[in-house]
Amino acid sequence: MRAFLQRFLFIGALVVPMELAAQAIPIGDAVAGAEVYRRECASCHQIGEDAQHRIGPHLNRIFDRGAGSHDDFRYSEALLRQGRDGLRWDLRRLDAYIENPRALVSGTRMSYRGLSDPARRADLIAYMRAYSDQPQNIPEAAPTARGREVNLSAEILAIEGDIEYGEYLSSECTTCHQRSGDHAGIPGIVGWPEEDFVVAMHAYKQKLRPHEVMQSVAQRLDDEEIAALAAYFLALGRE
Amino acid sequence: MKLNRRSFLGTATLATAALSAPALMGQTRPRVVVIGGGSGGGTAARYIAKDSDGAVDVTLIEPSRRYYTCYFSNLYLGGFWEYDALGHDYGNIARTGVNVVHDWAVGVDRDAQTVALASGERVPYDRLVVAPGIDFVEGSVPGWDVSQQSLMPHAYKSGTQVQLLKHQIETMREGGLFVMVAPPNPYRCPPGPGERVSMVAHMLAQSNPSAKILVVDPKETYSKQALFEEGWERHYPGMVTRIGPDFGGENVEVRPEEMEVVIDGMVEKADVVNVIPAQKAGKIAELAGLTNDAGWAPVKPGDMRSTMDENIFVLGDASHQGAMPKSGFSANSQAKVVANVIRGELTGSRIFPARYSNTCWSLIATDDGVKVGATYEPGAEQIESVTSFISQTGEDADLRRQTYEESIGWYNGIVADIFG
Ligand SMILES: Cc1cc2nc3c(=O)[nH]c(=O)nc-3n(C[C@H](O)[C@H](O)[C@H](O)COP(=O)(O)OP(=O)(O)OC[C@H]3O[C@@H](n4cnc5c(N)ncnc54)[C@H](O)[C@@H]3O)c2cc1C
Ligand code: HEC
Ligand code: HEC
Repeated sequence: MRAFLQRFLFIGALVVPMELAAQAIPIGDAVAGAEVYRRECASCHQIGEDAQHRIGPHLNRIFDRGAGSHDDFRYSEALLRQGRDGLRWDLRRLDAYIENPRALVSGTRMSYRGLSDPARRADLIAYMRAYSDQPQNIPEAAPTARGREVNLSAEILAIEGDIEYGEYLSSECTTCHQRSGDHAGIPGIVGWPEEDFVVAMHAYKQKLRPHEVMQSVAQRLDDEEIAALAAYFLALGRE
Repeated sequence: MKLNRRSFLGTATLATAALSAPALMGQTRPRVVVIGGGSGGGTAARYIAKDSDGAVDVTLIEPSRRYYTCYFSNLYLGGFWEYDALGHDYGNIARTGVNVVHDWAVGVDRDAQTVALASGERVPYDRLVVAPGIDFVEGSVPGWDVSQQSLMPHAYKSGTQVQLLKHQIETMREGGLFVMVAPPNPYRCPPGPGERVSMVAHMLAQSNPSAKILVVDPKETYSKQALFEEGWERHYPGMVTRIGPDFGGENVEVRPEEMEVVIDGMVEKADVVNVIPAQKAGKIAELAGLTNDAGWAPVKPGDMRSTMDENIFVLGDASHQGAMPKSGFSANSQAKVVANVIRGELTGSRIFPARYSNTCWSLIATDDGVKVGATYEPGAEQIESVTSFISQTGEDADLRRQTYEESIGWYNGIVADIFG
């Protein structure tokens, strides 16, 4: 078993930058990852031979799949939306989703608090990777791409938003997102917990979430501005 | 322009009182006048009144009692949107504390800082916002002027013109020819003509499939061209022909009485002709002495302030600002920057750096929506584009449907932002 796994645990030279091309880069320890999987995921997801959908969809061949693409599983509307936007489960996005499911998909039905330890996530992903038959299709396989993007530093999450500035900045948003919270076609963003709001905005800014409108909106917002917006839209929800 | 219409809204007593000269004397509240209650002016008036909580006296001058959006007027043509759902009244803007005066502005005395209304009234201002949208350049399509708009509608200012165009298309003879004379740059809503062609094709494909569409265009290329052409080929194969400038598209004349279009000397008999002439800033901008030789009002990129007058801001289609397309979204975005600056100058509230953005959606066929957009910032001379995006050809149907649904979300969002 160990030997079998190890065959897959190295990232193909194809997509690795030239200077690294000679050595393959291990993602993590798949054997340790099996244990992480059992503790964290197995209660909802099956993986391996004859895996079936349970509370969550089975996770065979998850790498490079479109998000929400099993026709015979009932996903949340939020995950389906990300799938239509073009979200694919490459290494970086899987890592982000496991770390904090709501950062990548705010309205996801996966009620899982997330796994903050990057080393355990790396082991877990190495393990899941063994059940994907197209390991070479991992676009962002270079080790540098395995950042902890959504794992925002405590300082960023602690920034106190300037509500008055947030109100000004919000005027850009309310052309699409209604202040009343009414929504159809474009999700509502009023009254969210600040942290959910902040991680969602950073996920667009880092292009983890694929939607181009929101990527371009988020791209020019800095940490203070995102905090200001989060504070303002929360306050608006309380009015 | 008809200048004989004069009327006041339901909140008339308030508005009239504020306008009569004695009431203004001794008034300490700073006064802002906004000319034009469309996407730009409506937003500016509302935001200044809302955010200043009564500290600024805001008067909005707009002749119509109901604003019919140009956005989604093409969808009405295509049968995807109700005519009534295009119309929005000024009740909620008035309720935020804006004096809404239904009249035409006919002149601006920049020394005295007053706006003259068709009624003869003069409204004083400390800051003036000019947002009259567009007017057409006379003689830009030989043979056509506004008096011919019932024979050959432009349908480029929404309202009854669009109803007329729809009626003409619906009653067109079987196998007839629809001709669109497209405008030269710059004009309002760059993807507007392409979207209109799509919606007319959609209509005809159902009711009159042997009919043809001919687009006569003076431009080499146009907005979302690859997306439209792919869509027309897929949904309406063989129906649409475009004549660009290389085949005489810039040399066109119309004969409304004969229903003829003369393209580079060749006479075409047409059944419905939609003439979208060359455009310039709404006439009042010119009367106020705010326009350049090309007919647009140049503004500073940081705050949309007229380069001709420190106390005047020009918004939306009428302005010459740089890279932003003339769209409702842009006008709304610019208005928020202006509202923040004016309020800051008059009340001392915080002024934040300008941020501009735009996204324009278009519908090509049922559930086949596309978008184009960008963010902008002030450059040294002009507004410049920072990042941009556009839908790709070959996208799958689920994504296109979602994009269409987002456009409906946007429509509801922007009209709620302005009129809701
Ligand atoms: C077919 C079509 C489709 C479009 N689709 C879209 C779209 O999908 N998205 C988008 O963002 N944009 C779209 N647009 C563009 C959009 O409609 C305009 O860019 C936008 O309305 C510009 O706003 P504005 O405030 O400058 O002018 P307007 O909205 O035209 O408002 C000007 C107002 O000023 C008033 N006015 C004029 N002169 C005077 C005067 N002398 N005194 C007092 N009042 C005066 C007019 O009555 C009018 O209400 C479309 C346009 C067309 C034609
Ligand atoms: C409490 C049950 C539960 C737990 C625990 C859980 N998941 Fe999920 N998971 C779900 C559900 C439900 C969905 C579908 C989410 C949706 O539709 O929004 C899902 C979706 C997913 C998806 C997206 C699948 C697809 O087809 O797009 C991935 C990947 C995933 N989970 C991985 C994991 C991993 C890895 C773990 C362990 C770290 C885990 N999940 C733990 C319930 C769970
Ligand atoms: C041009 C229209 C538009 C503008 C302007 C806009 N958004 Fe969005 N927003 C969208 C769309 C469309 C989505 C759905 C994106 C997706 O599928 O991921 C979205 C999604 C979001 C989400 C995630 C919602 C969810 O349920 O996951 C947040 C948070 C958000 N926007 C915040 C903002 C903020 C803050 C601003 C202003 C700074 C803003 N948006 C401006 C259109 C817009």
